[in-house]
Amino acid sequence: MHFDWSFFQHLLFHPPGSFVGGAVRTIYLSVIAQALGTGIGLVLALWRRSRQWPLRLFAGGYIWLVRGTPLLVQAVIIYDGSSALGLYSFGTLNLGFMSVPGIIQAGIVTLALNEGAYMAEIMRAAIDSVDKGQTEAAESLGMRHWQAMRHVVLPQAMRVVIPPLGNEFNNMLKVTSVLSVIGLQELFLAAEDYNSATFRTFEIFLVAAIYYIAMTTIWSFIQSAIERRLAAQGGEVVSGIPLRQRLFGGGLAAVPGEMRGAR
Amino acid sequence: MTGDQVSDGGLAVQAAGVHKSFGALKVLDDVSLDVAVGEVVVIIGPSGSGKTTFLRCMNHLERIDGGKLYVNGHLIGYRVNPDGTLAEESHAEIARQRQEIGFVFQHFNLFPHLTALGNVKLAPVCVRRAGREQASAEGRKLLARVGIEDKCDTYPRQLSGGQRQRVAIARALAMKPKLMLFDEATSALDPEMVGEVLEVMRELAAEGMTMVVVTHEMGFARGVASRVVMMDQGRIIEAGTPAQVLDEPREERTRAFLSKVLH
Repeated sequence: MHFDWSFFQHLLFHPPGSFVGGAVRTIYLSVIAQALGTGIGLVLALWRRSRQWPLRLFAGGYIWLVRGTPLLVQAVIIYDGSSALGLYSFGTLNLGFMSVPGIIQAGIVTLALNEGAYMAEIMRAAIDSVDKGQTEAAESLGMRHWQAMRHVVLPQAMRVVIPPLGNEFNNMLKVTSVLSVIGLQELFLAAEDYNSATFRTFEIFLVAAIYYIAMTTIWSFIQSAIERRLAAQGGEVVSGIPLRQRLFGGGLAAVPGEMRGAR
Repeated sequence: MTGDQVSDGGLAVQAAGVHKSFGALKVLDDVSLDVAVGEVVVIIGPSGSGKTTFLRCMNHLERIDGGKLYVNGHLIGYRVNPDGTLAEESHAEIARQRQEIGFVFQHFNLFPHLTALGNVKLAPVCVRRAGREQASAEGRKLLARVGIEDKCDTYPRQLSGGQRQRVAIARALAMKPKLMLFDEATSALDPEMVGEVLEVMRELAAEGMTMVVVTHEMGFARGVASRVVMMDQGRIIEAGTPAQVLDEPREERTRAFLSKVLH
């Protein structure tokens, strides 16, 4: 079998609806799951530092469990397992302006819960990277501990979080493909289905790969814009990160301090 | 509130037999000191003598292990149980006590993500619930008072060391404290910037602010202090007027220390 150029070109520039739908699903699953996962990560990171030991224990246990098991297994347990056991069955959710199929909900929940554990570690490192003198200064002004956290520590920690967060989102775009195991029609499963009808495996997955790399590349530009804006807010003059570094790695983001090279 | 929790109203600080240890190391060993309202007390002594720790105890950045420490008339950081033992105060109450105590750090601890004005108005807005307009107006006034009204919208990293420390003083003053604590406020500055910070402190003293100042600036001690306290190895070994302590020290250790500092 030879490489079918016209098939490849046609698929790349005039993809069927299932392909486009899969790519769109990959993007919105990633965005929503990353947003939720970041929120979960922040809460877990704060709980790990809580004065209440049950919160510390829960957060520590959660992170241990989630990071210790494969995402693939988590997806099957959450969607198929919980339904098989009669624990919970994801049904269609009607939001008024749109309805969300159960499988999409399960996909988002799986990715968000999983991502939360990793984001918790990133948040914890970022919070720890803020000098202790910052909290002392805030508390010496009569601010409560949570006020110091909210107004002084977290804004500084967030700047440190952005580069690894960008990394996480890059990973998230690709890791959505795991949800094909529960039958969610994201980009990978759409490609697989198309493949089983045409058997043009190489061409089809090459197109899928090109779609993935387009998404991650566009994201890397968005991330660089966010980093510049944040740096500018701090009154920092940032020279642009060279495109080569941004795409091929080795780039250190223009944020202060300790997180550099931490991952 | 029991009578035991309130001290003589004429005293800003009343320390009676204060003890503190870091592990086996005794940092404060039976320290007693009264500071009257309106007084400027300068604490001198070699590094490791406990002067910074003592100052940090005065706004409960450090806990004390024994004795009693009243600040602005209240037992700082502790309350007396009915059986006479001490228990740590609630976090809310500690924060409330700290609102009346300004603290200036050796390394400024300015909030790098906020402008000079943002630094000054943060605590009034978030703790005192001051209106943003009013807090900004008062913040500008305070920055003018320390001589940098033109730097309101500048971020800390763009300021010189002396300017940073003046912002830090304005930030502490924004809470309208009854007592100001200075922890080696000029030690991290380049020599040519020490003068501008000392000048602000001098003006503050002249306006009648009660101050406890840990410093190595003997000129400031001589010119501004109502009293000079010499600490060594966690104890106050000598106290008196600047003339007594600096010119005719009774203690050999004071003499040895002064000869090193004054060259």
